[in-house]
Amino acid sequence: MTGEPFVAWIGQMLPLGFSWNWGLDGWIVVIGGLAAVASSLLGNFLVLRKMSMLGDAITHAVLPGIAVAFLLTQTRSSPAMFVGAVIVGLLTAVFTEWIRGAGGVDEGASMGVVFTSLFALGLVILVQTADAVDLDPNCVLYGSIELTPLDTVSVGGRDVPRAAVVLAVVTVVNALFVLLFFKELRLTSFDPALATTMGFSSKWMHYGLMILVSVTAVACFESVGSILVVAMFIVPAAAAYMLTDRLGLMIAISVALAIVSAVLGHVLALSVPAWMGYRSTTTSGMIAVAAGGLFFTAATLGPRHGVLVKLVRRQLLSLRILCDDIVASLFRGEELEQQPPTATWLAGELFASHWSMKAALAMLRRRGEVADQHDRLQLTHVGRERGQRLVRSHRLWEQYLVDRAGSGAERIHDQAERFEHFTDRNLRDELAKETDTPVEDPHGRPIPDES
Amino acid sequence: MLNPPERNDDANLPTAARDDGAGADVPLSVYDLTVAYHRKPVIWDVGFDLPAGQLIGIVGPNGAGKSTLLKAVMDLIPRASGRVRVFGDTYRENRHRVGYVPQRESVDWQFPVSALDVVAMGLYDKIGWCRPVRKKHRQQAREALGRVGIGDLADRQISQLSGGQQQRTFLARALVQDADLYLMDEPFAAVDAATERAIVEILRDLKERGKTAAVIHHDLQTVPEYFDYVVLLNMRVVAQGPVSQTFTQDNLQKTYGGRLTLLDEVTEAMRRRESSL
Amino acid sequence: MWHAKTSRMNALAGIASGDRGVRLSRGLLLLALLTVSATVCHARGRPSPDASSQSSAFQWTDTQWGRVLLMKDYNTRIVIFGVAVLGGASGLVGSFTLLRKRALMGDALSHASLPGIAIAFIAANWFGGDEKSLPWLLVGATASGLLGVAVILVIRNQTRLKEDAALGIVLSVFFGAGVALLGVIQQMDTGHAAGLEGFIYGKTASMRAADARLIAVTSLIVIAGCLVLFKELKLLCFDEGFAGAQGFPVIALDAGLMTMVVLVTIVGLQAVGLVLMIALLVIPAAAARFWTETMWRMMLWAALLGTGGSIVGGLVSALFPGLPSGAMIVLVCSLFFFVSMMLGTRRGVIIRLIRRMRLNRRIDRQHLLRAMYEQLEKSSGGLDDSGLAERAKRRISVSLGKLLSMRSWSRRRLSRAIERAVEDELLRIQDGACKLTQAGFTEAARLTRQHRLWEMYLIAYADVATANVDRDADKIEHVLAPEVIDQLEDLLDEQGMTIPVPQSPHGPLGSGEAIGVLGTDAEGHAGVEPPHDDSGGHQ
Repeated sequence: MTGEPFVAWIGQMLPLGFSWNWGLDGWIVVIGGLAAVASSLLGNFLVLRKMSMLGDAITHAVLPGIAVAFLLTQTRSSPAMFVGAVIVGLLTAVFTEWIRGAGGVDEGASMGVVFTSLFALGLVILVQTADAVDLDPNCVLYGSIELTPLDTVSVGGRDVPRAAVVLAVVTVVNALFVLLFFKELRLTSFDPALATTMGFSSKWMHYGLMILVSVTAVACFESVGSILVVAMFIVPAAAAYMLTDRLGLMIAISVALAIVSAVLGHVLALSVPAWMGYRSTTTSGMIAVAAGGLFFTAATLGPRHGVLVKLVRRQLLSLRILCDDIVASLFRGEELEQQPPTATWLAGELFASHWSMKAALAMLRRRGEVADQHDRLQLTHVGRERGQRLVRSHRLWEQYLVDRAGSGAERIHDQAERFEHFTDRNLRDELAKETDTPVEDPHGRPIPDES
Repeated sequence: MLNPPERNDDANLPTAARDDGAGADVPLSVYDLTVAYHRKPVIWDVGFDLPAGQLIGIVGPNGAGKSTLLKAVMDLIPRASGRVRVFGDTYRENRHRVGYVPQRESVDWQFPVSALDVVAMGLYDKIGWCRPVRKKHRQQAREALGRVGIGDLADRQISQLSGGQQQRTFLARALVQDADLYLMDEPFAAVDAATERAIVEILRDLKERGKTAAVIHHDLQTVPEYFDYVVLLNMRVVAQGPVSQTFTQDNLQKTYGGRLTLLDEVTEAMRRRESSL
Repeated sequence: MWHAKTSRMNALAGIASGDRGVRLSRGLLLLALLTVSATVCHARGRPSPDASSQSSAFQWTDTQWGRVLLMKDYNTRIVIFGVAVLGGASGLVGSFTLLRKRALMGDALSHASLPGIAIAFIAANWFGGDEKSLPWLLVGATASGLLGVAVILVIRNQTRLKEDAALGIVLSVFFGAGVALLGVIQQMDTGHAAGLEGFIYGKTASMRAADARLIAVTSLIVIAGCLVLFKELKLLCFDEGFAGAQGFPVIALDAGLMTMVVLVTIVGLQAVGLVLMIALLVIPAAAARFWTETMWRMMLWAALLGTGGSIVGGLVSALFPGLPSGAMIVLVCSLFFFVSMMLGTRRGVIIRLIRRMRLNRRIDRQHLLRAMYEQLEKSSGGLDDSGLAERAKRRISVSLGKLLSMRSWSRRRLSRAIERAVEDELLRIQDGACKLTQAGFTEAARLTRQHRLWEMYLIAYADVATANVDRDADKIEHVLAPEVIDQLEDLLDEQGMTIPVPQSPHGPLGSGEAIGVLGTDAEGHAGVEPPHDDSGGHQ
């Protein structure tokens, strides 16, 4: 197989300390990947519709459907299983909606009532029929992906694991659904009221989505188990949501992340326990952990919405503003021919903490805008020019606000304070023009010239 | 000073009262509409005909049931009684002729769609089920964004637009729907002066093209300037008619009560407008 | 009159609900017990390939039923006691989380505890401790449960993801980690993870006295916490911002509530299992909400339903060894929920349907009677209030077609309204036309007057009116002050639209009972009530 050299290459590059059997591990990754892709395609819409927990509810609740189907047909692979799951999955959605609507119960609680009841019912049926049917509740909860390659069917003369065939079909169906109804899904998720007034019933899209969620949940049970279907539904989509503002791109990213977490999950399942001297552990669990890791990375480091990135950006901005404030206040001091201040005094004046003051001064010294004269701070030539620009911006804004917005004189200083940091040369010129190139600001202070 | 509430006389009943399919030229006719939330009726016995091709302001104090009225017209909430006719037929039949601009608070602005995507949603009805949004649709949406003056922001994610720009996006979406009747729920709420001017421009443009727009509006001062026709609503229709006849201090008093300090300003504004005509 | 009757019934329902509630809950318990046992008997009665279970089906005797029901078995006693206290505690805590719209927090939390249990097990194994020591495992579970809650809050507050996604992520990823760790544990020499499986499905039947004691102690601590902090937690659930402004330590209270949820969840894990613990947190509280509008009553109901459900479920599974106790407890609780949702006296489906129907009927009747009155007014011209004119007006009949044209109602809806009015002796039908009876005339005049007063109120007090107008109120006098009504009547007078307060009818049509002046006498319109109703007082 073409993948073999690649895997051998991975084995050489990374001393993972485990053996890779393409016939077994390869299929496990393929099956895990298909399950992940099928789920995450739908998961995007669950996350965007704020219905992630309905995915969780349905995956729990289909248990009685499966159990009854097993009971009736005595087989695991029959389509009856899908029918049973779809019926119960839809019932979950309908009951939840009914309890919420007719009973006036909050959505989360109505889900909780429905899926726990159905799950309990499923458990009772399973235990009652334990002798008749070979179905382990454990298998439903966390699957047995390791065993799936052993159960094969013949496709085109080759032995292919049955789970791979089933999941491939489900993946294709889900992909078609998302592609064909992309527009409708987007509309009904974004603005259900508008969708309804335009004749796209958000109810039908909702139940269509729920049917596919149930089907996907059942198809994934054997391989990854019910809780981990939830991970596949929600986690890659949530991670993608942290990375992009485009729906199409979000779906693509979630699919890519789903595949990565399947591969990574299996590799981790083989390698991590080996470091501690044990044999491999449950792949499905590790796939969820890998997806969680990817989400964590996206949530912290995402370029626009990442928590860490936002934090750093905020810190940098406040540092820049502090630098501006230091330079401007030194300039004003010079204007009034005051003695240059000490760093400590200035920090108190600008309500800056010791550490941020230190960082800002280091930055200013590096840029050569501020120089030390014994323990006093003084502007350099470069710094003076910048201070002049800043003070000019500030006073022009004050003049503009008084002229145009009619703000009271006591409020304009604060507003100008905020605007001055974001005012470039062009905007300053425009301000000057709008305010008829004044020489004094509303407080009667001179507006420095610039040229 | 206080006149009795209008009694329904057979002669001036809304066209919706007649069940003979009349009134195909009446954009919206409401008859005997009562809507109750929980136990309390919110609007009661509301009836009116809107004139075609005019800008109509729906005005009334908070809690007067203005949004409720629009939602009941569009079957978004159940009615306790009443009949609604859109161009002489039920709303369902003539849905495609109605464009709706919801309140800005009603959607999730974090949703991963761009302004262009939102505007293109107005075309979904025309595109139909299962068919993708094509280039010409996107072009159409881009033009609509240009018409509301934010053509250069088409690719921004919607949360990165200012309140006024978001409102213009909604308006552009209604424009591409190319409806004959527009129902707008407070498009002027919390927008800057430039957006307000832009919205008024668009409304006038719609009127010129023979469309009808019914707009829920809060700012009494601008009513005479923006609208031709006004429906004063306070749980029931206090008065309706052309602005010059209906938007009187007397009627406003009946709608808003005695504590309206703006009244004098409004009448002043009206006098100025009338003298300028 | 009809409204008076319904409102009185409502009021009575309100007064009686407390006392009736107790009776009802007792009845419910019995009903549930019977239903469940009947179902189970039926289920076991069907042929099964397993001989032993079949033979056991025939072993049950009256004495065994008695043994279980009277809890003669030490083991049954322990189990029932344990789950009962647990059910009560989770009902109480669940009420708070439900009202705080965090019902599914318990779900995420119980799943998030799995890796903690596994890590505690592994750690104990490494350091040579007792891996199966319950308190030690629970410490691990609590730690990772709390970590899960913290992660949920961070995701919700720091990213643009909403609460549902945060719950889903934590739930599935933590559980995945737990499953992976269990995979390792299974390979350990000492630890066949069999003991840990109990955390997922529950092992009520094998509960030991020590376990029950632990559950009882924890539950009692939580119950005490709920009662001591009742006022503060109530404020937290109702209005977090206000609580903060009042100087309550909101974060500490929130943490306290979450800790109580974690405690209940963790000790409950082994009783009903991980997946089903959430049911105990959600179902009794949600069911209780249907019965009452006051918070302490809701908590009482929730605790009762939780305890009752646990006891009944536990007993059922003790009677029928084939039934897993955790699942049975949940099923009994959901049966309670379903019954509550249907029959709940405050927010139940049926009562709300009835209310809705009554409202619509009331609106229809008001429309009908007002239409009749306006028609009479039109045809008789002037509005003088002498008894003669009144009687003359009453004799005028209005055709169905005319009534139909006056409003948007369908023919069917109109005829229903007329039928009901005829039943209540407000209308009579003669030759296909409607005619008001004496009582009907009085009522129609009252309704029309009230309607006009409201409309006048909307005009005269437009600035405050929308908040006060309650056209459906039985009497305008209950809402507006007498001087306001006087003023409104003066205004109507100016328009020539006054409707005189209907006088007591002395004509042959009257039932002979005195009718007081409307609006001043609460018993005023009792006389025109249909005969089967004996008093019209409004409570």
